[in-house]
Amino acid sequence: MMYFAPWKIALIALACLASVIFSIPSFFPAATVATWPNWLPKRQVSLGLDLRGGAHLLLEVDTSVVLRERLEAIVEGARTELRQARIGYTNLGVSGSNSVTLRLRDATQTEQARQLLIKLALPVQSTAGIGFGAAQTDMEVNATPDGQIRMTLSEAALLERARNAVTQSIEIVRRRIDQTGVSEPTIQRQGADRILVQLPGVDDPERIKRLLGTTAKLTFRMVDVGADPNAPAPPGSEILEGDGSQGRAERYVVKRKVEVAGDNLVDAQAGYDQRGGQPVVNFRFDTIGGKRFAEITQQAVGQPFAIVLDNKVLSAPVIREPILGGSGQISGNFTVAGANDLAVLLRAGALPAPLKVVEERTVGPDLGEDSIRAGLISIAVAAGLVVVYMVLAYGLFGLFADVALLVNLVMTLAAMSLLQATLTLPGIAGLLLTLGMSVDANVLINERIREETKLGKSPMAAMSAGFSRAFSTIFDANVTTLIKMALLYALGSGTVKGFAVTISIGILTSMFTATVLVRLMMVTWLRQRRPTLLPV
Amino acid sequence: MYKLRLIPDNTAYPFMKGRVIGLAVSAFLSVVSVILFFYPGLNYGIDFKGGIVIEARLQQPADFPALRGLIGNLDLGHAALQQFGSPNDVLIRLERQGTEDAAAQRAADKVRATLTQAYPGTEIRRVEAVGASVSEGLFRDGMLAMGLALVAMLIYIWFRFEWQFGIGAIVTLVLDVTKTIGFYVITDIQFNLVAIAAVLTIMGFSVNDKVVVYDRVRENLRKYKSLPLRALIDKSINETLNRTVNTSLTVFLSTIPLALFGGEAVSEFAIVLLFGIVLATSSSIFIAAPILLFLGENRLRRGQPADQPEAKAAAQRP
Repeated sequence: MMYFAPWKIALIALACLASVIFSIPSFFPAATVATWPNWLPKRQVSLGLDLRGGAHLLLEVDTSVVLRERLEAIVEGARTELRQARIGYTNLGVSGSNSVTLRLRDATQTEQARQLLIKLALPVQSTAGIGFGAAQTDMEVNATPDGQIRMTLSEAALLERARNAVTQSIEIVRRRIDQTGVSEPTIQRQGADRILVQLPGVDDPERIKRLLGTTAKLTFRMVDVGADPNAPAPPGSEILEGDGSQGRAERYVVKRKVEVAGDNLVDAQAGYDQRGGQPVVNFRFDTIGGKRFAEITQQAVGQPFAIVLDNKVLSAPVIREPILGGSGQISGNFTVAGANDLAVLLRAGALPAPLKVVEERTVGPDLGEDSIRAGLISIAVAAGLVVVYMVLAYGLFGLFADVALLVNLVMTLAAMSLLQATLTLPGIAGLLLTLGMSVDANVLINERIREETKLGKSPMAAMSAGFSRAFSTIFDANVTTLIKMALLYALGSGTVKGFAVTISIGILTSMFTATVLVRLMMVTWLRQRRPTLLPV
Repeated sequence: MYKLRLIPDNTAYPFMKGRVIGLAVSAFLSVVSVILFFYPGLNYGIDFKGGIVIEARLQQPADFPALRGLIGNLDLGHAALQQFGSPNDVLIRLERQGTEDAAAQRAADKVRATLTQAYPGTEIRRVEAVGASVSEGLFRDGMLAMGLALVAMLIYIWFRFEWQFGIGAIVTLVLDVTKTIGFYVITDIQFNLVAIAAVLTIMGFSVNDKVVVYDRVRENLRKYKSLPLRALIDKSINETLNRTVNTSLTVFLSTIPLALFGGEAVSEFAIVLLFGIVLATSSSIFIAAPILLFLGENRLRRGQPADQPEAKAAAQRP
């Protein structure tokens, strides 16, 4: 217990030296560290958004929209199938939250209709399923003998669909944010249908919120020229509004059938119109999209088509000549920034479902700097107070504890840099508490040594007993704290997690500094001085 | 060399004499705290209630009547405006905006836009907008964390000590936590996520302290086979008194700067911690130990069933 083999001493010294080296980059500005040669450690403690400034956005994916779209697709599919097979029906529509119903005019056609409708079901790639054999589908078709048919989406399929929507959304969000040039964004799934987005350095997230709040579903469709925009739309068409950019209410009757969709775009760039100098968005289709576009424009010269974004008509130009090159131009009444944003959205792709911001926490860079300054002052003062108190209370052994305390601080910093843990404002509070708590171990040890000395034990025996007796108490105390911090980390959110992380790391390193390192210092001192009485 | 000893050595305070008073006072304060919890209730922060906080720094000293009018006209429910730090700094709090999550966001955008329009050059230093369902989730998780922490402590202490120690520690923890909640009500400090961290930290101190005293009780149970439990607990408390005071003091010292210089949010956290440190220290002596005495009077001593594993353990020691 009280003997240290040379290799152990070397190891301890190495651990201390390594922590000092790895904590050094955190004391310099990032710009300075970037210029250092590569063989030097460069990892710094990453600061939380509350310290460096930035925006924290929690987005929720509206998965109900995905469900509604699927139900509407089934309604459309049923209409087409039954019409082609010349089966008469009434009351076709969405019923309840997850099914579509209809009634056949002739109940004897029930089985025939059922066979047709079952084709509308889509296969499910169930990640949880272990069964092979019959492929799973997302829909069940039930028919009663009197010609009532009900198509129900299965719960599992709905969940799968919602989950996919969230996964896709994360990807789209990532692409959109990458386009804006924010550095080091964090984008991660949270819970079933939420996405956490952290944007360091962004203090006005307006533009990003606008970008993320747009679904950006782009479609090219024909305008139903024969229909009156002020009367109910004929079947197969719908009435859409303009984007309001013209400054007046516009209404268009647009065919429901999508000729080409935004999925077929490969590129979109903001630019200026050759003639008027207006901001526009130039786009290019992929091969399939280009071919489709060429066909339509050949067939419909002289007719208007609508460019529809999220159910709003951006523009409805008349096709003057076939467009064969696979590229085109969207002109609306854009500002330069508007054209830029639209290009970003089109490049990144459409969201499968709308997103809404359910939580925002934004901290400006100045406030962050103020917090860092306040934290540093607090740490310095606290360290000063504790160091002085320990020396007053325990003399030389207090000084040993103080050295251990400072090493612990450095070690915590180094561990946080290496683990890329985030230091937040509550984390700084955690660092301070660790200051107080890590000397707890030394207080216990010193008090114990003092007692043992009073009982008449020799310095070496007293010290040995002090460490071994105090250890179980130190261990218990630290484990209980670690359990609580683990809970706080698991259930807390945002900056409070940083508190849990900092304290946990600080406590783990203090187990080393307060016991092993202090013991080494005491033993070394004891061997050199050989006192008859311990100065406790 | 001069040594600072706040507590003289070899004290023999008869702490257990005050056990009934200690417990009674503690129970009374906790009951009052529980009543305060229901009426007037905690001042929940937006983390748990939903709502909006905006901190803005104007170019000139804030004209509060004008600002109130400006924000009031937005029709966003009750708005609380408060000076914050320098005269140019304003803190605006808006209550939860209905049950829809995105409403908080829209309201925050409105206030932000209004402010920067009416006072060009205004620096929006902080915006927090928490939707209703998000806050409900955070609240649920926070309460769960506190509940699980209590259970985990019970299990741990039970596992490391005898059950009487476990019960003693948990009852004390519950008393400590209720008083901390009462402190939140009285001081009107916001109860939010950081408050959960504060409560858990106080629970940490409290358990640490109990572990030290209980450890010594257990050790003395083995050492002094015939000493009555009451005297034994008194002896254990006295022996660990210096340590209890010294560690509390070091944590206290390291928290004071936080309360003084930490800035608004953190200093509230620190003030609660300071309260908690005093609370946890006193409860180790006046609550946890008496409970152990009541529970263990006939069980933790020789000849009683609970003592047998203890005796065995002692016999195995070389």
